[in-house]
Amino acid sequence: MSQNPTTAATVEVAGAASRRTRRRLLAILGFVATVLLTFLGLLAITFFIGRVIPIDPVLAVVGDRASSEVYEAARVAMGLDQPLPIQFVHYVLNVFSGDLGQSVSTGRSVVEDLSRFFPATLEMATIGIIIGVVLGVPLGVIAASRQGSIIDQIIRVVGLLGYSMPAFWLGLVGLAVFYARLRWVGGPGRLDIFYDGLVQPVTGLLLVDSLLAGEIDIFWNAITHLILPASVLGFFSLAYIARMTRSFMLDQLSQEFVTTARVKGVPERLVIWRHAFNPIRVPLITVIGLSYAGLLEGSVMIETVFSWPGIGNYLTTALLNADMNAVLGSTLVIGAVFIFINKISDVLYRVLDPRAR
Amino acid sequence: MAPMLSVKNLRVSFPTHRGRVEVVKGISFDLGRERLGIVGESGSGKSMTGRAILKLIRKPGLVTADRLEFDGIDLRSQSDRQMRAIRGARISMVMQDPKFSLNPVMTIGEQIAEAVVTHEKLGRSAVQERMLSMLEAVRINDPKRVAGLYPHEVSGGMGQRIMIAMMLIPGPELLIADEPTSALDVSVQAQVLDIIDNLVMAKGMGLILISHDLNLVSRYCDRILVMNAGTVVEECAAGQLEQAQHPYTRGLLAAMPVINETRDELPVLDRSQWAGT
Repeated sequence: MSQNPTTAATVEVAGAASRRTRRRLLAILGFVATVLLTFLGLLAITFFIGRVIPIDPVLAVVGDRASSEVYEAARVAMGLDQPLPIQFVHYVLNVFSGDLGQSVSTGRSVVEDLSRFFPATLEMATIGIIIGVVLGVPLGVIAASRQGSIIDQIIRVVGLLGYSMPAFWLGLVGLAVFYARLRWVGGPGRLDIFYDGLVQPVTGLLLVDSLLAGEIDIFWNAITHLILPASVLGFFSLAYIARMTRSFMLDQLSQEFVTTARVKGVPERLVIWRHAFNPIRVPLITVIGLSYAGLLEGSVMIETVFSWPGIGNYLTTALLNADMNAVLGSTLVIGAVFIFINKISDVLYRVLDPRAR
Repeated sequence: MAPMLSVKNLRVSFPTHRGRVEVVKGISFDLGRERLGIVGESGSGKSMTGRAILKLIRKPGLVTADRLEFDGIDLRSQSDRQMRAIRGARISMVMQDPKFSLNPVMTIGEQIAEAVVTHEKLGRSAVQERMLSMLEAVRINDPKRVAGLYPHEVSGGMGQRIMIAMMLIPGPELLIADEPTSALDVSVQAQVLDIIDNLVMAKGMGLILISHDLNLVSRYCDRILVMNAGTVVEECAAGQLEQAQHPYTRGLLAAMPVINETRDELPVLDRSQWAGT
């Protein structure tokens, strides 16, 4: 009559396991779906911007002296006579097939332009955020664990400077001191002029490409050029990250479970890093992710001061030249970067915080 | 026999913009291997007393005492490092609310194991074994499963039993229980206190039970200190609480409702009788 209890238990275990895989699969599917949906929303926004921007894309192509027949023919050729929903579908299909149109000002396809300009920004922003995190987080932790001490005051002043100093000024002073006077770093641009164009672009990241090509000289030269602008960017994110880390840590250090750790006799170093710091990793990821995304937008100021061929410069030039495809393409890339970084933070949340699992 | 803990003229103060404010104003008591209850209202300085013994009052708070001795050790002159060897291993403390006093991102097993590893060099499997048997000692069924859980996955009563396990696992001689049950449902309060009581009695430890609940303290302690506004106003054996002299204690006792009574109005404390302001 009664079922064999061991069989029942085995069946139940197997059922639980398959249920777990199914749940995990559903979670992944849901994740992909939200990414796609967000991206579609982004496309709708860039498309919308493209239609409301007071630039006539046809006029930008044919010039303002073209006859009305030529103008009309170009308009039809560009698909602008179609109803808006059809245009949107075309736009989405084009983007998914990797076509962002031609740039009027450079004469190249926008995808090609972006693959040149974006890696330059990516390289600078990545080194910048690494500097910001590697220095900013420990500084924030130290400041919080010695609240009110001289060290805390110094770190706060440094943070305040990072907040209030104009980027271009810091860049110019940096160039004047470390390049013009001390000759410690390279000047503006990504490489010295005689190294330019020697490395075949693979990823567009000079540090990676030069290593792939085995050109150590070029690698070092790229570093000397990169270090100053990246440090200026890093200083700004350091200021922000250190400040946020400090306030998160102060909040944690006043929590009861930190007292619990002290009651257990845990050494202060572990109290700070294991008990107080581990719980703030989650909010810190948001802060770091947002500042990284901010850096990836490209800083026109820094890029101008350092003649850096980055996406900030590209986007500004495109805007000034009414180069709509380039504007939309850059906006799309920047938006996609934000989505990407946000999604990565979401995943990291779940890994680091048991309450979010 | 010399007392295990001897406190004389203990003062704790904090700076405010109107000068230093004393929250503990010179209290003295001796404690043997017995159960001492400290009762008082919020802000009476009872928790600060517990924390001052463990030297957990952080700057800018200031602790002074004419004597603060534990087992012949002058706690006042102990360095941070020396205090760390005493905390957990010899004097431990159970705190009020397990929701806040357990680390949210460490598993229960890790947190309990940490209390052992901090004081003893033990192999991983030995630690694991001690941890599981300690969880059993605080009446947790299926300790293996519970050890892998995070604090947000257990109930308040269970959290507090875990807290007790964590604080008793290194085998301290004195346990300070700071309002261990005020965050818990009435139904589990007795269970948690029974566990503390049994373990303390079985190991012959000293206990300081800090609470605002007169009834509870008189049930679980041998001796009671009544604190008000940073001073001890009354000290008596738990059984003789009824004969308390001080108007504050009398007032508290009078304000306690009794089942089946026919009083129309419960009296409230008349502070003018002792505060003198």
